[in-house]
Amino acid sequence: VTGIGSVRIGKRIELDVDGDVDLEQIREIADKLLANPVIEDFTIRMEETAEVAT
Amino acid sequence: MTRVGVVTFPGSLDDRDALRAVRLAGGEGVRLWHDDPDLYGVEAVILPGGFSYGDYLRCGAIARFAAVMESIVKAAGDGMPVLGICNGFQILCEAHLLPGGLTRNQHLHFRNRDQWLKVESTDTAWTAGFEPGQQILVPIKSGEGRYVADAATLDQLEAKGRVVARYAAGPTSTGDHNPNGSLRDIAGISNERGNVVGIMPHPEHAVEALTGPSVDGLGFFTGVLNHLGAAGVAAEVSA
Repeated sequence: VTGIGSVRIGKRIELDVDGDVDLEQIREIADKLLANPVIEDFTIRMEETAEVAT
Repeated sequence: MTRVGVVTFPGSLDDRDALRAVRLAGGEGVRLWHDDPDLYGVEAVILPGGFSYGDYLRCGAIARFAAVMESIVKAAGDGMPVLGICNGFQILCEAHLLPGGLTRNQHLHFRNRDQWLKVESTDTAWTAGFEPGQQILVPIKSGEGRYVADAATLDQLEAKGRVVARYAAGPTSTGDHNPNGSLRDIAGISNERGNVVGIMPHPEHAVEALTGPSVDGLGFFTGVLNHLGAAGVAAEVSA
């Protein structure tokens, strides 16, 4: 195998949010619980999902 | 007799050994439960080793939200001696009682061996019974024991005498004296006041000649009892 510059292993945590997303709240959850900023970095990405039929 | 609490979280596994160490040192070990905020009048608390909440999310990350931790954080602020061993050290970092964090061992392997330490600070509630620079031998057994913090924090810890113990080469050492790549060989640190100490190796496993590589670890437990000014009659322990 050639051409691979780097490999990263990390965690991906998916949160399903009903209604409007409060990004500040999501950031707080990530900062205070899901990640420890002393030893970890995190990024937040938001994706729209299609309405799921119940 | 001085009462020393030992917290049991789901997944703790060295709580019994810590209680036994307290007893051998001449204190009364009191079992505390993660879900019960009552500290039952204990004068010191030990957070034992193990894998609280299965180490899910991050070592110690869930445990710090336990009901008992709120009481412990408050008591620590009032000066109560608190010792975190291994997973307990991780919990103290997650609870922000101690700076920095513990990450995966640099070589990525779980490390289980008898480890020489150099006691750096004897100004804490737990280590006043040692001589500065004294070398002690206690077991270490961890996969995420690599102490890290930013350079400014490390400098401050060293400047203020808050590095409690460092990994060291001793008479029986082989290979690298640092078992996990901890920055500046740090094995244990304290808070500014010296009442809260976190240490990665396990002093509670070195309290009896029958089961430990030494009885050096007993010094932490007799140390806190002396600190509290009410050490009971030391149990008979042969070196």
